[in-house]
Amino acid sequence: MQEIVGMQEIVGMNANETDLLIVGAGPAGMAAAVTARSHGLSVRVVDDQPTPGGQIWRGIETVAATPRLARLGEAYRAGAEKAAAFRACGALYEPDSQLWQIEPGFRAFLTREGQARRVAARAIILATGAQERPAPFPGWTLPGVLTVGAAQILLKTANSVPSSPVWIAGCGPLPLLYMTQLLAAGGTIAGFLDTMPRGRIGAALRHLPQGLGRLGDLAKGLLWSLALKRAGFPIIRHVAELRAAGEGRLESLHYRTQEGREGEVAAEVLLIHEGVVPSIHVPLALGCAVSWHAGQHCYVPELDGWGETSQANVFVAGDGAGIGGAEAAEPRGRIAALRVAARLGRLGEGSADAAARTERARLARALALRPFLDALYAPRPQVFAPVDETLVCRCEEVTAGELRARAVQGRPGPNQIKAFTRAGMGPCQGRQCGYTMAHIIAAAQQRPVGEVGFQRIRPPLKPVTLGELASLDEREPAA
Amino acid sequence: MNVEAFDVAVVGGGLHGLSAALHLARAGRRVAVIERRWTGRHASGATAAGVRTLGRDIAEIPISLEAMEMWHAIATIVGDPCGFHAHGQLRIAETREQMPALLQREAAIRVLGHRHEEIIDAAELRRLVPALSPHCVGALVARRDGAADPHRTILAFRRACEAAGVVIAEGCGVGAVDRQGNAWLLACGERRFRAPIVVNAAGAWAARLAALFGDEIALGVRASMMIVTERLAPLLDPVVSVVGRALSFKQSDQGTLVIGGGLQGVADLDRERSSVDFTELAKGARAASDLFPAVRGVRIARCWTGIEAQTRDHLPVIGASPNAPGLFHAFGFSGHGFQLVPVVGAILTDLVTEGTTRREIAAFAPRRLMQERVAA
Repeated sequence: MQEIVGMQEIVGMNANETDLLIVGAGPAGMAAAVTARSHGLSVRVVDDQPTPGGQIWRGIETVAATPRLARLGEAYRAGAEKAAAFRACGALYEPDSQLWQIEPGFRAFLTREGQARRVAARAIILATGAQERPAPFPGWTLPGVLTVGAAQILLKTANSVPSSPVWIAGCGPLPLLYMTQLLAAGGTIAGFLDTMPRGRIGAALRHLPQGLGRLGDLAKGLLWSLALKRAGFPIIRHVAELRAAGEGRLESLHYRTQEGREGEVAAEVLLIHEGVVPSIHVPLALGCAVSWHAGQHCYVPELDGWGETSQANVFVAGDGAGIGGAEAAEPRGRIAALRVAARLGRLGEGSADAAARTERARLARALALRPFLDALYAPRPQVFAPVDETLVCRCEEVTAGELRARAVQGRPGPNQIKAFTRAGMGPCQGRQCGYTMAHIIAAAQQRPVGEVGFQRIRPPLKPVTLGELASLDEREPAA
Repeated sequence: MNVEAFDVAVVGGGLHGLSAALHLARAGRRVAVIERRWTGRHASGATAAGVRTLGRDIAEIPISLEAMEMWHAIATIVGDPCGFHAHGQLRIAETREQMPALLQREAAIRVLGHRHEEIIDAAELRRLVPALSPHCVGALVARRDGAADPHRTILAFRRACEAAGVVIAEGCGVGAVDRQGNAWLLACGERRFRAPIVVNAAGAWAARLAALFGDEIALGVRASMMIVTERLAPLLDPVVSVVGRALSFKQSDQGTLVIGGGLQGVADLDRERSSVDFTELAKGARAASDLFPAVRGVRIARCWTGIEAQTRDHLPVIGASPNAPGLFHAFGFSGHGFQLVPVVGAILTDLVTEGTTRREIAAFAPRRLMQERVAA
């Protein structure tokens, strides 16, 4: 509590109430906070990590002082000064905090150190980023199978390198980046099962002209690929199907390529990654409209030019608005903050418009290569159509076969299938099974997936204990 | 336009509508269930599914006891056990001062000849619920009570209905009602249903449906909140409630704790939505962790509310409309309708097929809420 009292003096406000609540302290959240503070708004930033930086700059403040910084690359290094600017901006920063509910008005509920608390704000910017796209296959729940994102977190925060050679399977820039980082950190790669389907480069090239200004990024990707080739581990292209097996943990890995070539290898660690999708649970819980983004194969919140959702004074910035990366996240954060400042009377409409123009130009530049990347790394169709035996909902242990069988009895939507099968009822709130369920329903009922939708999101948005919720009652005696 | 003709149109695909349809179909009637969204969308899908005779209003005891016999044979009625377990329900006293009220309750129903509620002391309480905090001093218990699985129950009633020939029309909301000869014509979007008999089982929206037939019935709304936790090793068998606090606490077959007790969220009848009020729900979490200290660290997985009707006297509305010929009401269960599901369908079937019933339903007459309305 010491920290909060100190902040209260700096910004002169009620510790329970701010003009703006920002959820997430990654690139978008930090940029929004700095901009909002520069226009005199009182700002609270809630984040579940112990230090600022989000996923891309996770742990940047501590890593900046170690030799690890060099190995993690230039884009990671850029986070150090962003975090410093954020620290200095005078926002009330609440790390290690779980935000688990937002009620209209806005009342937000969060938990920090086992205590639940209620805070108020006039506007909200959701900068909750992205999550890795769930890509279930038989055996994906075995110990020893993790995502590339999870492995990268361990590399960044704990300098943790798997002791045995790792298999990597997937598609997208992250596996390439992680493999170069892992090699630099002294790790060994057993092999790469590249799941990018044949013909993707040709399909993606159609989008290249608009991305010509971003040739530097393309060159970076090529350099990664060349470095990986030189490292000499096997690279198997066009992998379409995966199967992990083992007694109690991962022991072997079976794959089949698009051309029908099959192989089986011994494996202790398998890291998978099939791209990222926006975290949309909070916008969905708030009743914000979402629509299907065909290029990115996911739902995105419907936003106006300022990032405002269909719910007044609720904004989304960063990858939560559609995957764009850190460079797009920052202008999106600033644009939303400008709008909030104008709405609350701290900035003239004209000044907000002028400042936003500059940011929108930055945003457009940052997004220029995105259609190319989306087309290049579009997930293989098997990601959305796991074989019947695959566990889709790992919380409640519901298989793809059970979901398919239910989906053709009548024309049930995701909420009915959830009630019948319990899929999506576990603590992850459908974050792991929601998209797969939607695709299975769509295929079974021959409907477009965008029309199927997500199951209703029930609070809490993050698991809260009964004792933590009870603590709210103790702290707020009956009126 | 093509009109679908039936003997009975049941409006509302919740459990009461399905039960009425099932019993009527078995009595030889051609029945349609007309449901605006899908079966079990609102209260039936959001219920804690307590199967409770304990603490019932005196007027409800006879039909509740009959319903309990039906629950103990539920598989013979709907072809599935519905996840029903008769582990008992307990109403617990935390202090000595709370015991006299429980003793008086037991005495009051004994005078009427009922033996289903029984006082137990602290030792027996401990035997039944070892995980309970030691400060609790005694309880009233109904040993044949229990709980079921709501989704499994909906599915079982629905399948039994379909097997009995009931037509279930989902995504079909009644927009207008018209009288045609001796029958009612229900307009539902593009579809038309004609039936001489209509059962109003429209739950929270039942007063709006009744108004289409000219019945003005005073009806409130509830949005009871529920908490479900992550799965736990077995902790307790019976369903537990507490004197003086809003708490109902049980463990499901899956191992999750299901915590309710009637704390109210916010209902929006027009948008057909309800939302959780966590400041209020914190009281339930507090009560749960006071009674079962071991659960303080257990993570909440989901919270929700369900919308249902509540009458002024908290008794249901069951009976024929005094104004509209062939219209029968069954709604307003006020937070305790789940257990009554099998018997209310049988009562409605009596009323429809014989014009009367041997069951005691005078206290549930629709007119009681209509007269009040006129007087006001």
